[in-house]
Amino acid sequence: MTNGYILAAILVTAAVTWALRGLPFVMLAPLRNSSLLHYIGEAMPVGVMFVLAAYTLRNTETSLAAIGSVTIALAVTVGVHLWKGNSLLSIFAGTGVYVVLASTVL
Amino acid sequence: MVSQFSNRDQDDSHGNGSLDQSAAHEAEQPLGEELAKGWRTIVPAALAAVPLGLALGVLVVQMGLQWWWAPILSAVVFAGSMEFLLLGLISAVTPLPQVALSALLVNFRHSFYALSFPLEQVHGFGWKLYGTFALTDEAYAVSATPDSHRWSRARIIGLEASFHLCWVACVTGGALLGTLIPPSVKGLDFAATALFVVLGIEGYKAQRSIPVPIVALVCALIGALVSPSNMLVISMALFVCFLIGSYYVRKHKSLGENGRESKENNS
Repeated sequence: MTNGYILAAILVTAAVTWALRGLPFVMLAPLRNSSLLHYIGEAMPVGVMFVLAAYTLRNTETSLAAIGSVTIALAVTVGVHLWKGNSLLSIFAGTGVYVVLASTVL
Repeated sequence: MVSQFSNRDQDDSHGNGSLDQSAAHEAEQPLGEELAKGWRTIVPAALAAVPLGLALGVLVVQMGLQWWWAPILSAVVFAGSMEFLLLGLISAVTPLPQVALSALLVNFRHSFYALSFPLEQVHGFGWKLYGTFALTDEAYAVSATPDSHRWSRARIIGLEASFHLCWVACVTGGALLGTLIPPSVKGLDFAATALFVVLGIEGYKAQRSIPVPIVALVCALIGALVSPSNMLVISMALFVCFLIGSYYVRKHKSLGENGRESKENNS
């Protein structure tokens, strides 16, 4: 993890993000007309977020304590979110529970 | 009845009159007023981003990066959820093509913001470049009103720039705070997981398609089993293939139904 690598990763990400934000203004017509792109654009965020959530957990150890902590923290996140519907509250509640478990049990 | 109609006519003319007045008023507004309007437009979204920015900043330090990477990361990438993911990718020293592909998939939704963002109000090539660079979810959300196509350039750039500044300040502040957190506190990186879970639930509420989250999780599981180090690319590719496939299946089905309907109509 050299500084050069970190900078390159940041610049690559920024370039791709900017292209996605800017280029469609240059080619609005095909975007407007493609129902496939519209369908992908609507359905993709949901799936991408669940894939990413799973990805962030890929290095979880296969011990009962580790899997148990993750499961409890996930349940708290989802539970609080379905209950209150406040994104920040859900994120902080889930993270708080996980930090307590990870700092004491694991 | 007659009086009601005439009343409504009066209301309409009154409404149009005040609109014209406010449009003329806007044109006369000094730059500072317009920038302040931009700030007021984005303020609720900016407040909501404060804790997330702080959390991201704390993570920058927790992932082993120097604190000064926080302002660089948040100013240059300026895409919240991708910044959370990028920290994980960087700490795993993920190859750059894979970083690029992840950014493409995670931020793909931004390519649809062009359909409604009032960029035509932002005159000048340089300003247009910044206008698209800073076209975040939040900037898109607050300008997704028909009204925004009458906003001034100063107001649009003002809302984007003030959100940009606020975000960089929060992430940097979080990184400085993060240096104070003792190493015995572990597991703060769960914030990224929780963020994606919450965004997934929110997306699901809008979409209401039961198979999509399940298919996504199956794709993630397959990716993890095939190759943990390439999990993201494999699972995302599988998921996009599924979406393209399901689109054509749907289209085929609806074409079939339309065909049947037209036959029934004919008979």
